This record gives sequence, structure tokens and C-alpha cells, in this order.
Amino acid sequence: MKAISLLRSPAVRDSLGVGVAVGAAGLAFGTAAATAGLSPAQAVFTSMFMFTGASQFALIGVVAGGGNLVAGALGALLLGARNTLYGLRLADVLDLRGGLRRALAAHGVIDETTAVALAQPDRASARLAFTTTYVVLGTSWVVTTLVGALATERVSDIGALGLDAVGPAIFLALLWPRLREGGARTWLIAGLGAGLALAATPLLPPGVPVLLAASAALIALVGPEMRVAGPAAAPGAADAKESDNDGEGVRS
Amino acid sequence: MTLWIVLVATAAGCYLLKFAGLAAPRRLLDNAWLRRFATAVPLALLAALIAVEALRGEGQALAWDTARMGGVGAAVAALALRAPFLVVVLAAAAVTAGLRALGL
Repeated sequence: MKAISLLRSPAVRDSLGVGVAVGAAGLAFGTAAATAGLSPAQAVFTSMFMFTGASQFALIGVVAGGGNLVAGALGALLLGARNTLYGLRLADVLDLRGGLRRALAAHGVIDETTAVALAQPDRASARLAFTTTYVVLGTSWVVTTLVGALATERVSDIGALGLDAVGPAIFLALLWPRLREGGARTWLIAGLGAGLALAATPLLPPGVPVLLAASAALIALVGPEMRVAGPAAAPGAADAKESDNDGEGVRS
Repeated sequence: MTLWIVLVATAAGCYLLKFAGLAAPRRLLDNAWLRRFATAVPLALLAALIAVEALRGEGQALAWDTARMGGVGAAVAALALRAPFLVVVLAAAAVTAGLRALGL
């Protein structure tokens, strides 16, 4: 009975939904990693310890292109820097005590866990939502990465499966909520970022153009501060987010 | 071997970035400039990644791949229809695979 009532709680339901959806991305990551030349062990290591999807895809994109690995790592870290912002907000919401608990929780601070946790009405559900999403998503992410990596070694033509479109689709899904809710300046920053990266791609080693695109974010320093609803990007958790935008209130 | 070093270092860096947020002094959030820039960085980076990956060609060249762009278009359509993440990703792969099977 307890298990059933737990399953009915919105916190757990959201987490399971997000966890399953992310599994598909894990398959894509495993495939992309193997295609880029990572061994299954390296792919699984990345999913287990880097554990932040956009950074992982960005890094292996550079590896696949035979680009400068340092630029690839910097790009991954820049993308991972948004997790610092999530952490700042989650620290308030979860109110974690104790060094070990905080150290363990830190690893789970990503788009999805933040989105689901901030969508909850109170601290107890936020903690439950954070932990369940962390565990379900983490497990599914690592397992599907392994499956994708192993499967790729047995599939001869990855292109025929259309998996090269998965990377852009994932980044698009992450960016979409910001574009939908943002104003002209949001579109300007995104457009300028894309334009800079494209213009620089033929000239600079892979990885560097994307780094260069970060300078488009300087536009945000001009004029009034941009409003960001909810925890920025939340694939699969968009529904949960829209039902409750109080996450913003938590920060301010 | 070099790849392992890069993977381990990047993983460690990504972890420290996450930890820094949870453990940081609250007043960091009050720094408006830092907050503004950090909020906007993912916008620029994600847009750049979409563009570069969608138009990736041989080596450093850009190339138009109709099948892949069809998949990206399908992802946009799915997002506009508020489809869940899973559907967006599957639509992109399925449309690209379909167009490629048709010889595009």
C-alpha cells in the first residue's frame, strides 16, 4: 500500500516520467559516444561521473570532430556552470545539513532534478522529488548509455538510424522553454551565439567556436535584467514546471 | 589515455561546479552581473551547439544534410506542439532515418 501511495505522489510521478524520458537521451549519448571513439567504459564513466547531459554531448561532439580536447572540456564546463546556479537555488529549497549529504546531493544537481524539485509545493516534497529524480534518472541514464554504447559496436551504419539528429534535438529541447518565454533579447543572444559559432567553425578548431559563442551572453549585461521563469531548461519536466512557477519566488 | 584524462578532469570540474552552487555563500546570488551573465550563457551555448551540430560536415566544414535538417525540423514541430522530451528526440531520429531511407 505504501508503495502505491508513494507512486501517486506528484513528486514521485514527475520523477519517474522524467527518468524514463531521459533514458532515450542516454541511448543517444551512448551511441554518439561510441561513434566518437569512446570505449563503452569511457561512455559509462562519463554518464556516471560527469552526469550532466548537455556538457557530455558537447564534449563528445568535439572528440568526434577530432577537435582540441581542452576547448571541448572548457565548453563542457561552461555549459555545466548553469548547475552552479541551480545549486544556489536548491540550497535554499532543500536546506541540506551535513557535509556528506551535501556532497552526495551536489552530484545530482542538473536541469531535470532542479526542475522537478522546484515545482513542488513544500520542502518535504521537494526533497523527495529531488532524491527520486536523482536516483531514477541517474540509473536510467547510466544503463541506457551502456546499452547505446554496446549496441553501436554492433550496428554498422549509425547514420541510417538518424541518430545524428538526436544531439541537436536534445539541445533544442533544452533551449526551447527559454525561447518560448523569453523576449527579443533572449532570441538575440541565441541567434548571435549560433551565428558566431557557425562563422567561426571553418576557421577555428572544433570546440572553440562554441566557446566563442558564450560571449553573446554579454548582451544580458545591457539594459534591465532578464526574467527567467523556473529552472531554465527542463526536458520532460516542462509540465511539472508550468503547473507551479513558484520556484522563482524561492530565489528572490 | 589522453581522452581518459580529459574525461576525468571534466567530470571533476563539472562536479565542483555543482558543489559550488550548493555550498556557496548566499551573497553570490546577489551579484547582479554574475547572475545576469551566468543565466544567459546557456542560451548562447545551446544555440551555438544546435547550429554547429545540425550543420556539421566533414572536418571543419559546414554542410547541409537535408535528412538531418528534416529531423531538426521535426523536433521543432514536436516542441511547438508541446510534445514530451522523449517524443521530440524520437521524432528527430525517425524523420532523419526516414528521409535517408528515401535517399535524401
